[in-house]
Amino acid sequence: MTPNKPDLRSAIPKNAAFDPALVNKLMGKFGHGGFLDMEYVGHGNDWVELAIDWREDLVADPDTGILASAVVISLMDNATSMSIWTKLGEFRPQVTMDLRLDYLRPSPSGARVYGRGICYHLTHSIGFVRGFAHNGNPDDPLAHASGTFIRVGDRVS
Amino acid sequence: MNHTHPAGLPPYALALDMEIVDNVEGAPVIGMPFANKVQGRPGFLHGGAISGLLEIAAVAAIHQALRAKGSDSGIKQVNVTIDFMRGGVGHMTYAVGEVIRLGRTMANVEARAWQDDRTKPIAMATMHYLIRRPKIEGS
Repeated sequence: MTPNKPDLRSAIPKNAAFDPALVNKLMGKFGHGGFLDMEYVGHGNDWVELAIDWREDLVADPDTGILASAVVISLMDNATSMSIWTKLGEFRPQVTMDLRLDYLRPSPSGARVYGRGICYHLTHSIGFVRGFAHNGNPDDPLAHASGTFIRVGDRVS
Repeated sequence: MNHTHPAGLPPYALALDMEIVDNVEGAPVIGMPFANKVQGRPGFLHGGAISGLLEIAAVAAIHQALRAKGSDSGIKQVNVTIDFMRGGVGHMTYAVGEVIRLGRTMANVEARAWQDDRTKPIAMATMHYLIRRPKIEGS
């Protein structure tokens, strides 16, 4: 398991509803999220959408400009992780237990990639998530994701 | 979705300072140094960066297996499942892919990532790839 999220609790206002836009300013602008420059796009009760702009140094093949698939994994990891806190209404420390991606088609050269993470079920310790990535039209997805996050105690948070 | 070149690592891997550091049992070992750009929570690797390292190792393993067979086929990734087992700390991380089965139409590949102890993986992945034979002019 990867404790892969910044310590957000100190940065999130107390007694305030979870704000994905605010949290992305930390997760999406710091470390690996900052390298990929993840942007907040929107959210609902149980979903969060983020986006990454195409960049030459993020491609898998210089001839085609197709985006590296791992960029989509990182995007879906952050979007699904944030969808749990959004559904919960507050931050809780958690790590990714597993994540699966089905690649329906490549993300083409120059295209911005969007990742929508959805938390479809929550238990005391597990967040069940799914999601999809697209290039601007959610009806034309390029990848589907599913996974689970496990809540961790203060010891590793 | 990965159409990587058989020779050399793709721009994404080079951007994260990945390099081929060793070759064990017919598959390249890929190393990735710890840096802010692969960091998730302070002091720990981001799951996406670990996944990227696993995918690069898997692709490198298939290309080497194809070359060993004298094949110039390309590959296309169908899916990946990653299990995260331990937090990756601020050390060098390594990954190696193992081609479980290389058929004419698809390949089953596993990859594992570790830091100080290869018997204690921080993450493992299972991938499926389509094998794409190069198109012949005029056929």
